[in-house]
Amino acid sequence: MSEAVREVARKERPQFRNIHITDIVRYRLPLPGKVSIMHRISGVLMFVLLPFILWLLDLSLKSETTFDYFKGVLSLPLVKLIVLALSWAYIAHFSAGLRHLALDLHYAGEKASARKTAGTVLAVTAVLTVLVALKLFGVF
Amino acid sequence: MAQDLIGPKRLVVGAHYGAKDWLAQRLTAIVMAVYTVVLLYLFLTGSNFSYEGWAGLFARQWFKLLTLAAVLCLLYHAWVGMRNVWMDYIKAAGLRLVLQLATIVWLLVCAAYTAQILWSV
Repeated sequence: MSEAVREVARKERPQFRNIHITDIVRYRLPLPGKVSIMHRISGVLMFVLLPFILWLLDLSLKSETTFDYFKGVLSLPLVKLIVLALSWAYIAHFSAGLRHLALDLHYAGEKASARKTAGTVLAVTAVLTVLVALKLFGVF
Repeated sequence: MAQDLIGPKRLVVGAHYGAKDWLAQRLTAIVMAVYTVVLLYLFLTGSNFSYEGWAGLFARQWFKLLTLAAVLCLLYHAWVGMRNVWMDYIKAAGLRLVLQLATIVWLLVCAAYTAQILWSV
């Protein structure tokens, strides 16, 4: 190996690490970056609240009595907010996940089209979440 | 000695470079997406939101099994995702190991709870 090649190899290489979780607010992320961190946050939220979701399912299925209790629990404003957050998480994770699968199939991988599909994911998530919110708080 | 570990002769250990987990996360995602569509379809085309209608849906054996399959996929999917999160943000190996173990226990408990819920309808 020539001396020149060795010099290049020894040079410090730039590192591109994941940004730290406390940097999220400070960073001005591009649209695909926003979708990426949204995917992560929504996933963690659903993981953490999984026992709560299962508890609600348990109540809704066990008996007619617990079903009525389930409806009572669901009418509490705080529970409605949690259910709304979980609905947002599911919708966001679902739509961003479909985009991930498309990217894996090399569909819309270029910068411009990736930005476009990221915008679509954010828009679809926003619209569906608002619909769930309106339904939860009894607008329709 | 050191150059023997570079390139095609690299010592391959442990993590399999994540290819298996990467693929598993995609496949489990597809199963869950299909389950979501099935559940939404059955829910929206079924009777009004009553206990009979809702419990009747989960009383069917094929739906119990489909639900369990979706939840087991969720377990693996969440494991891969949470492991990535711990690896990205927790630098201390001991703490990371504890959190990964807690994740596994958390998910296994949830899976057992799901089975109990499903087969008591």
